[in-house]
Amino acid sequence: MLDDFMVRAALAGLGVAIAAAPLGCFVVWRRMAYFGDATAHAAILGVAISLTLSISVFAGVLGVALLMALTISTFSGRGYAMDTLLGVLAHSALAFGLVAVSFLSGIRIDLMAYLFGDILAVTTADLAVIWGGAILVLVLIGSRWSALLAATLNSDLAYASGIDPKREKLVLTISLAIVVAVAIKVVGVLLIAAMLIIPAATARPFSRTPEAMAVIASLIGGVSALGGLRTAYYFDTPTGPTIVCLAAIFFALSAVVSAARAPK
Amino acid sequence: MRLVDIQDLAVRVGGNMALQDVSLKIDSGEIITIVGPNGSGKSTLLRVIIGALKHTSGKVRKSANLRIGYVPQRLHIDPTMPMPVDRFLGLPHRVNTAQTAQALEKAGVPELAASQMSRLSGGQFQRVLLARALLNKPDLLILDEATQGLDQPGSASFYRQIEDVRQQLGCAVLMVSHDLHVVMSASDRVICLNGHVCCEGEPEHVASAPEYRALFGEGTKGALALYRHHHSHTHDHDTQGDS
Repeated sequence: MLDDFMVRAALAGLGVAIAAAPLGCFVVWRRMAYFGDATAHAAILGVAISLTLSISVFAGVLGVALLMALTISTFSGRGYAMDTLLGVLAHSALAFGLVAVSFLSGIRIDLMAYLFGDILAVTTADLAVIWGGAILVLVLIGSRWSALLAATLNSDLAYASGIDPKREKLVLTISLAIVVAVAIKVVGVLLIAAMLIIPAATARPFSRTPEAMAVIASLIGGVSALGGLRTAYYFDTPTGPTIVCLAAIFFALSAVVSAARAPK
Repeated sequence: MRLVDIQDLAVRVGGNMALQDVSLKIDSGEIITIVGPNGSGKSTLLRVIIGALKHTSGKVRKSANLRIGYVPQRLHIDPTMPMPVDRFLGLPHRVNTAQTAQALEKAGVPELAASQMSRLSGGQFQRVLLARALLNKPDLLILDEATQGLDQPGSASFYRQIEDVRQQLGCAVLMVSHDLHVVMSASDRVICLNGHVCCEGEPEHVASAPEYRALFGEGTKGALALYRHHHSHTHDHDTQGDS
């Protein structure tokens, strides 16, 4: 079954969508959208480092994404506005990454594959990494769900309940780095943040509780991944962007429905 | 039973000493109110007690397994997060429907279980925060200017609720308040704070203390508006009341 590249692609897309959606809810609730973007952009630097040192791309990207996320966490609230800091770090990391890749003589690397993903080229080994990472993220977030929610609501309320909001933030930071590292092959550096944010934002109007929002976001992410794969196959369009387009269409529909339902 | 014992506490926040030489004991069942001008370190003291802030020097001792119920000054729930009242009450520890109903009843808002937090009025919101704090069966209930933004009748009825809760649960209450008339009628002990403990004791004692009058003016038992105050007076710390 895994011999079929379409089956591998479908499983890869599902894995990323299911891990990204609940994490994406936190990204939306905590207003960390740019944070996700910055971490993802840093990944291209990770690719360059991995190829230079001949280590696995997953390890290189994970390392750089983690470093980036921790740097932002450390520097935020120290005199720079968050959006300024992220604007500086995200784009410099992307620029340094692109320059670093150009030094890699001898190896012809397909930059487009890393920028926009190459889901059809997912190998069985990639699949193991993607699902390993996805399950790890789900376990991390699922096991600390209530503490993460409390810390997201209000840090003093969390402290009073014996929860350290800094530790919970670190859990989210690490999860984000893992999702970026496993998603790079599927949707690419430039579109990872879309898989985090769009399904969560689409799910919001239909959710009464945070749990419902996470589940609905996962469903929307999953359907987008599978539907996008199929659509790309029929129309011969790039797969990663097609997945994101489908998610964006769902978001537009959700916005229309919620506007129609809103009390006048 | 002694719940909290604070000795010679000093807290530095961003290079400034927010609190110095603060000693405070809280016993079970008593209602203690902290008064003081803006920036006098009231919230800082509460945040040290709940563990949100590290103190610079001094000792903070809490009784083993002390359960604290905390009602923050304000809480903004981002509208991007769906959060019904019943789910909010179960954070971080899940509670069943009966417990939820009971806590909302005690806080005086039994009808709100299914409402979204972002749709509540200011008064309803504070009562839901109170209900959440009660679910933990606290030994110590901490309220940080919990009636901010409520009108006069709203805050009066909120404080009556606190008094009821105290009688039912027997918990100690530590609150920061600007409603001086409430302070004077409802508290067992009043602590007047301005970076340090200016004076403390029974409400009558504090109301007549020169340190308190220097802070809040000569108004009848402090029932008048809070005066903006810069700490320019000096007084003898040895005369601090103890009780």
